Amino acid sequence: MAATQDSPLEQGPLAWLQALPLALIFGVFFVVPLVLTVIVSVWNYDEYQIIPDITSRNYVEAFEGCLSQLPALCTTLKTYATTLRISITVWAITLVLGFAVAYFLAFHVRSQTMQMALFLVCTIPFWTSNVIRMISWIPLLGRNGLVNQTLEGAGLIGSPIEWLLFSEFSVILAFVHLYTLFMIVPIFNSMMRIDRALIEAAYDAGASGWQTLWNIIVPLTKPGIVIGSIFVITIVMGDFITIGVMGGQQIASAGKLINTHMGALQFPPAAAHAVILLATVLVIIWGLTRILDIRKEL
Amino acid sequence: MTEHRPASFYWLALLFGLFVLFLYGPMITIVLLSFQGPEGGLTFPMNGVSTYWFGKLWREGLPNVDIWAAFNRSIKLGLAVMVVTVVLSLLAGLAYRKRFKGSNTLFYIVVASLIMPSIVVSLGIGLEFRIIDDLIKGYAPEALTDGFETAMGLFTSGIGAHLTWTLPFGLLIMFAIFNRFDKRYEEAARDLGATPWQTFRHVVLPIVGPSIVGIGLFGFTLSWDEIARSSQAIGYLNTLPLELQGQTTTVTTPVIYALGTLTTAVSVLVITSSLAAIAVLRLRQARRIAMTGG
Repeated sequence: MAATQDSPLEQGPLAWLQALPLALIFGVFFVVPLVLTVIVSVWNYDEYQIIPDITSRNYVEAFEGCLSQLPALCTTLKTYATTLRISITVWAITLVLGFAVAYFLAFHVRSQTMQMALFLVCTIPFWTSNVIRMISWIPLLGRNGLVNQTLEGAGLIGSPIEWLLFSEFSVILAFVHLYTLFMIVPIFNSMMRIDRALIEAAYDAGASGWQTLWNIIVPLTKPGIVIGSIFVITIVMGDFITIGVMGGQQIASAGKLINTHMGALQFPPAAAHAVILLATVLVIIWGLTRILDIRKEL
Repeated sequence: MTEHRPASFYWLALLFGLFVLFLYGPMITIVLLSFQGPEGGLTFPMNGVSTYWFGKLWREGLPNVDIWAAFNRSIKLGLAVMVVTVVLSLLAGLAYRKRFKGSNTLFYIVVASLIMPSIVVSLGIGLEFRIIDDLIKGYAPEALTDGFETAMGLFTSGIGAHLTWTLPFGLLIMFAIFNRFDKRYEEAARDLGATPWQTFRHVVLPIVGPSIVGIGLFGFTLSWDEIARSSQAIGYLNTLPLELQGQTTTVTTPVIYALGTLTTAVSVLVITSSLAAIAVLRLRQARRIAMTGG
């Protein structure tokens, strides 16, 4: 019986059945919703309902005034400029920080137990609540927070610094706090696969530490860097919660545009903004894989 | 005695230390502040030490929201998501050890779900259920739709939204497990006359068991803290993190820190018990191998 069960002919349908529940979940809760989003983005609506008439209204309204107001930016473009600026800043910081931390864990910590223990120390916060991790900055950065108290106590500032909390600064700080792990894990993973003999060889051939880092380790870590970058950038581009909480609901973002329309039960414009966001993110991902591939070819 | 370390080691060690402080510092702050005295405020200094705010949270909850109902909903949903994530990831992991039609497409869809902006997924699910509601109200027989409001809810759209986030992690972990899996154990079992079910139950499952606990850990904690995908897809009754997010600006007493400490405690409890379970399973495995091997 065992033999027949495992013959290639029998494996097909069994494997298919085993994958079916997963496929169903992603069909119902991912593929269909995305298709519906694209469809509804070209539907009309009024105060009460969605009207299944094809219209370009939602896109026209999303980009209203974008051409006529130039060189001033319209609301949508301004929002995307802010979102992109925050994304790129967070990306740069998490990349450098994540790379350095992963490098330390992969190449400087020698015992495997210690490596795993320190890695776990980095990952545990990931399993706790993001909202709590955001709120926890308030007693530190607020007007009467620890940072201001300390600086005032030391006589370094006369009055509390206002831009520490509910500002772009605190938004970026919170993103770095929350998502550096998404850089560390894939980069660490790539680094662990690097054959240590290559580094020995570079050293023997007379390469300096920086040369080894730049010519051996960075290129070999590229897959991890790309994966981490995609993670961080897509999360920040689509975010509305961190920007909302840490920005004191004052900073507009691409995700918040969608959220605002949803709050008003305006599904078609929300869908149109979702499609625009999706297109932007896909272009960034595409560009990212391009840029990082070119280096390999040089 | 000690090996010579390059200067970069000390700089990076310092950076790592600061990074860990950066990760944990704020959390430690709110845990401390949640034990603020009854007269204490949202920031330092501590005005005495007490469990006053925990008591207040226990008796009164938060103003305007039924926090304990949300707490229960989140626990139930988290457990459901955990079970479904573990079972479906395991099944799919087994499927991917063989070849099946559409396996590549399915894999790309799962990965796409991982990097898709959560607000887009959430909006899509919200939209889907809105359309389902309209169809039910429009076409289903009157007797059935009497009093019908929406098909949206914790265990329809809500669990679906969470699964699009937890299952990709589950599947990727399964891949990692089966990449390292030594197929000779299965072959040996089969040679000894085990049926496929016996092979799975007595050979494969014990070996992958510790990692399955890890998938459960991801399933529960990711669901327990999920906001972005739930936001448009949860229906009328919110989960705990959604309620909490709404209260960040309106609650002005340390009671919010007490709640933060409490939810973190739940997360930490789940993490430590999972890690302990993994360690115990590993140990038992090692002991069994040592016994049979010796």
